[in-house]
Amino acid sequence: MDPFILSRIQFAANITFHILFPTITIALGWLLLFFKLRFQVTRDERWMDLYFFFTKIFALSFSLGVVSGVTMSFQFGTNWPGFMNTVGNIAGPLLAYEVLTAFFLEATFLGVMLFGFRRVKPWMHTGATVLVAAGTTLSAFWILALNSWMHTPAGFKMVDGVAHAVDWQAIIFNPSMPYRLVHTLLASGLTVAFLAAGLLAYRRLKGDRSPAVSSGLRCALTLGAVLIPLQIIAGDLHGVNTREYQPQKLAAMDALWETQRGAPLTLFALPDMEARTNHHAIEIPKLGSLIITRDPDGEVRGLNEFKGEHPPVAPVFWSFRVMVGTGMAMLAAAWTGAWWLWRRGTLPDWFLRGLVAMTFSGWVATVAGWYVTEIGRQPWLVQGVLKARDAVAAVPGEHVGLTLVAYLVVYAVLLTAFVASLFYLARKESARLAVREASS
Amino acid sequence: MIGELFASGEWLPFAFAFLIGLSMLLYAILDGYDLGVGLLSRFARGPERDRMIGSIGPFWDANETWLVLGVGLLLVAFPKAHGDILTHLYLPVAVMILGLIFRGVSFDFRKKVPAEQQDRWNRAFFWGSLVVAVSQGYMVGRFMTGFQEGAASQVFAVFFGALVTAGYVLMGACWLVLKTEDALQRRAVGWARIALWSMVAGAILSSAAAPFVATRIYDRMFAFPEITLLLAMPLASITLTLIMHFLLGALPLPGDRLAWMPLSLSVLIFVLGFVGLVYSFYPYIIPGRLRIVEAAASPDSLRIILWGAAVVMPVLAGYTALAYRIFAGKAHDLSYD
Repeated sequence: MDPFILSRIQFAANITFHILFPTITIALGWLLLFFKLRFQVTRDERWMDLYFFFTKIFALSFSLGVVSGVTMSFQFGTNWPGFMNTVGNIAGPLLAYEVLTAFFLEATFLGVMLFGFRRVKPWMHTGATVLVAAGTTLSAFWILALNSWMHTPAGFKMVDGVAHAVDWQAIIFNPSMPYRLVHTLLASGLTVAFLAAGLLAYRRLKGDRSPAVSSGLRCALTLGAVLIPLQIIAGDLHGVNTREYQPQKLAAMDALWETQRGAPLTLFALPDMEARTNHHAIEIPKLGSLIITRDPDGEVRGLNEFKGEHPPVAPVFWSFRVMVGTGMAMLAAAWTGAWWLWRRGTLPDWFLRGLVAMTFSGWVATVAGWYVTEIGRQPWLVQGVLKARDAVAAVPGEHVGLTLVAYLVVYAVLLTAFVASLFYLARKESARLAVREASS
Repeated sequence: MIGELFASGEWLPFAFAFLIGLSMLLYAILDGYDLGVGLLSRFARGPERDRMIGSIGPFWDANETWLVLGVGLLLVAFPKAHGDILTHLYLPVAVMILGLIFRGVSFDFRKKVPAEQQDRWNRAFFWGSLVVAVSQGYMVGRFMTGFQEGAASQVFAVFFGALVTAGYVLMGACWLVLKTEDALQRRAVGWARIALWSMVAGAILSSAAAPFVATRIYDRMFAFPEITLLLAMPLASITLTLIMHFLLGALPLPGDRLAWMPLSLSVLIFVLGFVGLVYSFYPYIIPGRLRIVEAAASPDSLRIILWGAAVVMPVLAGYTALAYRIFAGKAHDLSYD
């Protein structure tokens, strides 16, 4: 097989696996801090129970995030040397700043946060928790600055085919960066809200009546209910930003072939790249234009304006629908659950089972969203500057294929182990609390 | 003239070459002792394993970050060299990464899975550490010959893999001498002795193979008159090795005196070896293929990173010292609460 395609699949596999874990740790760090502070204010043991339970999940997610992140740092060189050769002057400092300001910070204080509870003063342990949470968020800031720059490059000039930095402020705060950062951080918050709700619902279904579970569920669902409308607004603004800077991606998200005024919103379709049309389309007239341009007769540019320069349509179109669909399910679940809990104080079993089923809904939405934005940038690696095909390494296809298979097997094993461990830890925690309850 | 050099930015690539070397050296020492402990964990009896892993638990993550920094700086400052090195080492890098993955996650999984599965992750921890150590040594061996093809250079690289593995085990054992007590400490002393002489054997084998594969390195090492100066290094290494040998014969001493010394000596030996290696190919960044000045990125970008590094490095050193102080003393089993 073509080493280029294999390298792309390999990078996609790595980044898909990697993003699962930072998406958890970024927001979970802050949630842990919240539990810790609640304990310090109320002195109620339930908050420490929640803190220690989710610390285990944090530690596990963190180590998976670290090892898959290390993999990515090597893959720039092993598979995509053209990337650094062309835009290394921009990407290099951003990556270096991530390692220097965020990586070491979180890695060092994680040790204090995890194992230092009995060794340092309480304020210092809380301080370590703050630094770990701040470190993960700072790390997201640098990575998303670089990723956004690859979508909407700014503040540079090309000299002899190599990008040189001109204005660092313009590079870091490039046009899509604020939107992408907010959208991704909110995605992390929602992922954690549903992860926590799912695991705690599971414990409740297994008969755990402890106050930690009740309070934790209330926090998680309230968090989800507050964040999801914010996320819908942020996503909408991100889409408007995309229309301005990457119209071909937006056209692929909507599977819109011809530039038109009063463009419909397509609910379902089978986009056909060969015939350049959609089959079996179900459309709502004018809604597409209304959402994107705020005007039912606004003009939306179609894919035919970008022939040969636009992404494959079906994956972008479908990923976008998976993301939005999952978001809608989250909206329904979080609001129903929060309303029930605040009104009646309990949740029916069928609803708890629904929450368990949605434990990893944040992953689904986040990964789908990444596919929209990353596949939507193709064939470019850096929009308008460097095509992916021009950055790939001259490594034999068999080598790439061989390592790809190895990575996929390892990721499958680790993902299975991770999910199984979370539910095992949930059962173990319930058992521990039951023993403590019985003995007191 | 010096002012001119600074203004032109010609010194920047060398500053970065130094920083990369420093990061790699720190990585080899810091993750070296972690990996060594991982390798020795295979020989632990009963509860010893938890104690051993507990001694590295708070540190390993930050230790591994030095590798990311070293490779990251290479990527940033010398993109050409980074691409050339990593595409040549495509398969061993992938093998090392798989090792790093298993080593890293086993730390957490081994205590978070049902009891009957824990042994599986203990094994993954050992094998992960072994794969990382051997592949890193092998890659340094490949790098030293400028990725020369042929059986002789492969054999050389394999010897180097054994040498580095023995070095890591030595540091791991010395770390345990410092961080543990009683029976486990006495066993760690024994492990250190075996590792010390395995390392000496690895060094002799690699040195014997060197003239056949890397004539340029060989010429460099044995050129006159530098050799008189250079001889000081192997002499110092031999002296340190002998001191270590006799010290290990005497440990543990009453009151745990000198328990810190084996680790310090092993680090010194490692530093000497590292400096010797770097000397043998300087001013190349890839031996025989690419010079430091030929491979550097744009001075403007390097300058902005160097500023950041200058500000951040002291802070980093500060909080690393803090972490080591918090977890100073003999290691205990780890627990979150």
